[in-house]
Amino acid sequence: MDYVSIVSIFCAAFAVSFGALGPALAEGRAVAAAMDAIARQPEAANTISRTLFVGLAMIETTAIYCLVIALLLLFANPMMP
Amino acid sequence: MDSPLQSIPLFMVGPESFAVPIMASVVVTWAIMAVLVLGAALLTRRLTLVPSKVQAAAELLVSTVDQQIRDVTGAAPAPYRAFVGTLFLFILIANWSSLIPGVTPPTATMETPAALAAIVFLSIIWFGIRGGGVGGFLRGFALPNPVMIPLNILESVTRSFSMFVRLFGNVMSGVFVIAIVGSLAALLVPIPLMVLDLLTGAVQAYIFAVLSMVFITSAVEKGKPQPSPEPEDT
Repeated sequence: MDYVSIVSIFCAAFAVSFGALGPALAEGRAVAAAMDAIARQPEAANTISRTLFVGLAMIETTAIYCLVIALLLLFANPMMP
Repeated sequence: MDSPLQSIPLFMVGPESFAVPIMASVVVTWAIMAVLVLGAALLTRRLTLVPSKVQAAAELLVSTVDQQIRDVTGAAPAPYRAFVGTLFLFILIANWSSLIPGVTPPTATMETPAALAAIVFLSIIWFGIRGGGVGGFLRGFALPNPVMIPLNILESVTRSFSMFVRLFGNVMSGVFVIAIVGSLAALLVPIPLMVLDLLTGAVQAYIFAVLSMVFITSAVEKGKPQPSPEPEDT
């Protein structure tokens, strides 16, 4: 196994792990805020949960980008011999 | 292990020099299209005022889609129902088609989400022009002020791109994880992951439909003539 493969595998793992950290914290905050809002105003639960889903999808996209980068490093790496 | 970013042609169509490769995802897409069209045709063939059980279920689906569209846009759902409803149903069935053994969902390969995102990109333009005319739609790019024009143009491309990556990444990662776990312990162990995959599939279909609705609405709203000092707007 040559240098490029080793570095690629390490970087893929790093990309996924650190790319998961931020969105996880952000989604936790978003869900907590939405729970708080629903507890205060149960009648607005529909609107809040729809907005929450859309927002969570937006946040999650950053993690998905990291996953795609990791897969590109592993399977479609242009530097790989 | 096969790369999830590549798709392998199932068979070739046409004369030998111009043979078109047909991917497995395209065949599954055709099957889903046939199921949707035939199902819709059969369901709506004999509509009655007092609905049967199947008709009541179909009406529930349509009225739910209508209600969601009304919530997002605040307008009548009729112009958007066909587009957004079909988008939702197609992605939902495509995501859930992984339940059939041997079928890879077409949304887990790159082409299908890319095509869907391209359709959404074009439909944003179409609905925007239909709502406010070509001038109104183009003026929407200069909001809130003309400095934002390059950013707005960039955003209109990147948001479709992010819809593509979101759908592809979510579905593909689910299929990929199930494949990895299945290669380690194939009996019963992947089932919780498959259940999670069902939930993700439904949420992604919902989000894709809602986001396309949100983007279309913002294009239509921006294109509307606004109370502004320009007299030709009215």
